[in-house]
Amino acid sequence: MGQQALNGVFVGSIYALFAVGYTLVFGVLDILNLAHQAVFMLAAFAALLLVADAHLPLWAAMPLAVLFAGLLGILLERLAFRPLRGRADSNISGLISSLAMGTVFEAIALQIFGPDTSRFPHGTFPDRLIRIGGASASLLQLCIIAISVVLMALLTLLLARTRLGRQIRAVAESPRAARILGVNVDRVIAAAFFISSSLGGAAGVLFALAFNSISPDVGRSVELKGLAVIILGGMGSIPGAVIAGFALGLIEVFTVAGFGSSYRDAVSFAVLFVVLLARPRGLLGQAAAREA
Amino acid sequence: MSSASRRMVVLLLLGIACKEKPAGEASAPSGGALIGAALSLTGAAAVYGAQQRAGIQAAAEEIAQGGGPKLQVLIEDDGSTKEQGITVFQKFINRDKVSAILGPTLSNTASAADPLAQQAQVPVLGISNTAATGITDIGNYIWRDSLTEAQVIPGAFKKAREKLGFKSAGVLYGNDDVFTKAGYDVMRKTLADQGIKVLDTQTFAKPDRDFHAQLTALIGVKPDVVVVSALADNAAAIVSQARQLGWSGPILGGNGFNSPAFIKNAGAAAEGVMVGTSWNSLSQEPANQKFLEAMKKRGVNPDQFSAQAFTGVQILAEAIKRAGGKTGREEIEKGLGLVKDLDTPLGKFSFTPSRDAQHDPSVQQVKDGKFQIVQ
Repeated sequence: MGQQALNGVFVGSIYALFAVGYTLVFGVLDILNLAHQAVFMLAAFAALLLVADAHLPLWAAMPLAVLFAGLLGILLERLAFRPLRGRADSNISGLISSLAMGTVFEAIALQIFGPDTSRFPHGTFPDRLIRIGGASASLLQLCIIAISVVLMALLTLLLARTRLGRQIRAVAESPRAARILGVNVDRVIAAAFFISSSLGGAAGVLFALAFNSISPDVGRSVELKGLAVIILGGMGSIPGAVIAGFALGLIEVFTVAGFGSSYRDAVSFAVLFVVLLARPRGLLGQAAAREA
Repeated sequence: MSSASRRMVVLLLLGIACKEKPAGEASAPSGGALIGAALSLTGAAAVYGAQQRAGIQAAAEEIAQGGGPKLQVLIEDDGSTKEQGITVFQKFINRDKVSAILGPTLSNTASAADPLAQQAQVPVLGISNTAATGITDIGNYIWRDSLTEAQVIPGAFKKAREKLGFKSAGVLYGNDDVFTKAGYDVMRKTLADQGIKVLDTQTFAKPDRDFHAQLTALIGVKPDVVVVSALADNAAAIVSQARQLGWSGPILGGNGFNSPAFIKNAGAAAEGVMVGTSWNSLSQEPANQKFLEAMKKRGVNPDQFSAQAFTGVQILAEAIKRAGGKTGREEIEKGLGLVKDLDTPLGKFSFTPSRDAQHDPSVQQVKDGKFQIVQ
């Protein structure tokens, strides 16, 4: 039981970290960035290159890979979203163009790294097992949970306390009103993309380390889960995404333990369905007042 | 939506051309019989496809040098998916007008693509399809040189039991793939036949990377042995995570484990894993030594999949020879029926009346980072 709870918190922390970035962009732009999973994947590859080929230690490679992911986010915003902004159908066309960018990113990774699974060299992270009660966890798993929680706390602080955070919230509320109040909307959106993609990239690096397995399609395994998490948490809600991420991880694990793994996705999505019936805006979603 | 259908949607929506590979790679001299090979060069089965390509190219070269019938092999990527496999088969049958088809890599793809060839009366020789049913029973134009799991697993489990003496098992298998599911069906039957108690059964899907929950549940019921049916990439992750969760007992694998990529990726965790195989790497027969030499020349680490691919080309060449050197679809089909006791890397090769492979399987175990045949 203890081991399964730990397994759940562990996967949940990665789902949550992936989903907060996803939901941040949605909150600001009302657009799903479907290239988020490709950024997740490319950041993992970037970390691999830095560790395996540039021989950097992991503590140096990881921030660089995260920075790279953030810059990819800015590129993504410039290429896939900004040119379409202001059009009547920008929600759908942005969705499609981000899907296109995601496919291009995947194709690039396929050309450079090939279809095979790549791995971090042996000993990138010290192999140590720690026993907590009856459960065993690797040092790496505990670090991943800690890093995820710290990054999510930093994001919450940034949004609540800093000038940039206030501007992001203002743009999310109404871009037009924010512009009238003197906020540089384009810059704030670019910043939101940078933060979102950095977090997605960090999740990618942690995921790759945890399962020591990176391939161009690695993002697919978290993409749908991430989408489920942000819907469950309430579109655009950061605390909602965090709670829903951990909840989904735990639901999945205990479904496997209780009913068998064949029912895992069925139960996860049934819970999603029931929550949406009871609370159509998700667990912590905002009422749709401003759209009226 | 599955990742495969999702990818199709993406491709349809965008018509992205930038990731297309150059259309087909030809090997061996032009002229002679045109053979299409549908291999998984990308996707979940890519580790096998690369091995198969090496085996096919080596065999085609070998046969050309040995003065055998001229074979021109067109290699296309089936992407490890049914959809792309069907597209490749349509191209081979209608556009390239090949005389025969090798592949596709996965049973999953074969179950969808082979009926097209059967309908067009183009002989297909499967070189890695191991699902017991749903392949050669598609029709009389479908053949294979790969032993089914049903031919390999019972012998492998018997031998493993002699060595390890287990009485109960925990089972983990991929339930979204014909190949891993068929492997599981045979395992379940074999375990029941041999009186081994199955304490718990868990499943996973191909895109999964995290198996902690399933493995924790399996280890929790304390079986004597863990039995796994998975493709090589998943297999490596499963074995690593099982060791990480503290499982030190034996692990028995299905055919998907039969790849050097499995050992490379699982590292030290792979030690002791046992698996049945249809290729005995230690065989001193001249046909096997010739194959080993050809692979060494190409710098490829040989495995069961390259051996079966190599054998596939040999069988087609033999079929053409038996048909009096004619290379039409009908002639090759007739010639395949006449192949008997052919010397191949797999041993003396014949077909069963149901067009399946017939030769002796072996058992191998990972020791010092290498598959070693269990005597």
